[in-house]
Amino acid sequence: MIPPGFDYHAPRSVAEAIGLLGSLPDAKLLAGGHSLLPMMKLRFAQPAHLIDLNRIDALRGIREEGATVVIGAMTVENDLIASPLLQAKVPLLPEAAKQIADPQVRNRGTIGGDIAHGDPGNDHPALMLALDATFTLEGPKGKRQVAADGFFHGTYMTALAEDEILTEIRIPACAPRTGHAYAKLKRKTGDWATAAAAVVLRMDGGKVSHVRIALTNLAPAALRAAEAEAALLGQPLSDAAIAAAATKAVAACDPAEDLRGDREYKLAMAGQMVQRALRQAAARCQ
Amino acid sequence: MGKKLVTVKVNGRTVEKAVEPRQLLVHFLREECSLTGAHIGCETSHCGACTVDIDGKSVKSCTHLAVQCEGSEVLTVEGLAQGGVLHAVQEGFYKEHGLQCGFCTPGMLMRAYRFLQENPNPTEDEVRAGMSGNLCRCTGYQNIVKAVLYAAAKLQATAKEAA
Repeated sequence: MIPPGFDYHAPRSVAEAIGLLGSLPDAKLLAGGHSLLPMMKLRFAQPAHLIDLNRIDALRGIREEGATVVIGAMTVENDLIASPLLQAKVPLLPEAAKQIADPQVRNRGTIGGDIAHGDPGNDHPALMLALDATFTLEGPKGKRQVAADGFFHGTYMTALAEDEILTEIRIPACAPRTGHAYAKLKRKTGDWATAAAAVVLRMDGGKVSHVRIALTNLAPAALRAAEAEAALLGQPLSDAAIAAAATKAVAACDPAEDLRGDREYKLAMAGQMVQRALRQAAARCQ
Repeated sequence: MGKKLVTVKVNGRTVEKAVEPRQLLVHFLREECSLTGAHIGCETSHCGACTVDIDGKSVKSCTHLAVQCEGSEVLTVEGLAQGGVLHAVQEGFYKEHGLQCGFCTPGMLMRAYRFLQENPNPTEDEVRAGMSGNLCRCTGYQNIVKAVLYAAAKLQATAKEAA
């Protein structure tokens, strides 16, 4: 419960935060604080400095730039749910955010923090893979764009360098009649997934013209099931095709055994979640 | 590890104190402000017994630093009643037997207070989802749902009278 001592900094701009991050030894960025503070309270993490990003207004908000929806990294989960722009252009995100944690946590936890944490149990990483998101990372050398596909390297490990800040999430607006679903199996409301599947789907002439399948908490990092996607592309979405895609997705999984279940159970549930998400997404393509 | 001066409005009263950055808001409220209504039921941010209202949002004060509250307005359960008259959520929990040991109650009340502003006319399912960040060991939730619905009806009736 009692975190170790640290020095606290509250910069007012991204540039100031990057400066602090580069000059302070052993510093961590404090966003919503609903992963970092819990780890500090259990002394899993003991940074010497916390750099609080909550007073940088430029890191919040959701806006449209042409065909791209841009979300500030410090946008809290409840603001994703309430956003009319996301509901219209990226409806998977507000719908799935309702399945993350609980109301209080969603008032503090941010989309950027959920992504940057790199926890395979978090929901946003797979959602970002399914939505073809790109992340803007800013460091002392400037900005760079990194695709979600390739960003998640391992448990708590991402492409984010130690001197960089994830500043925004860029998502292509979904074309009309894009189907989507996030099927999440969990022990209770507010828990991390035992298994979950994010699907984005478009059909053309009865055949799959675009499909993304990404999985949560079924490997050391969020996983894109590329072989399952390839098997569906250009095919009618028959029961057999859905079952075959689920089998391919399961083959890509490598879940850890824990109190949520053993490998066998999690693999079976992975297949079930992929099938459910594909069916729900298909029903929404009409 | 130097202390930081924090000025925060708690239940309408300005509090200025030097705090250690690592001090959790719940400890600041309980130990520095003697506002011991907010409770601590876990160390993993699940139970919501520490829920308070910060700048119009329900927050678990065990997962927020006091130093982060610089310039914020915080409302705790001690600030709910006005002039000795219970707030509708307090009356609802009392009338509908929505508490037994009372340990979760301050957090439940603070959450219900904000939830009914977010959703003034909720269904039972919406109440259960809206209160899902608050655990209770005693009630089985059933009467808490009734209490929140009682408060919703009372607040709506009051609003209608005022209009």
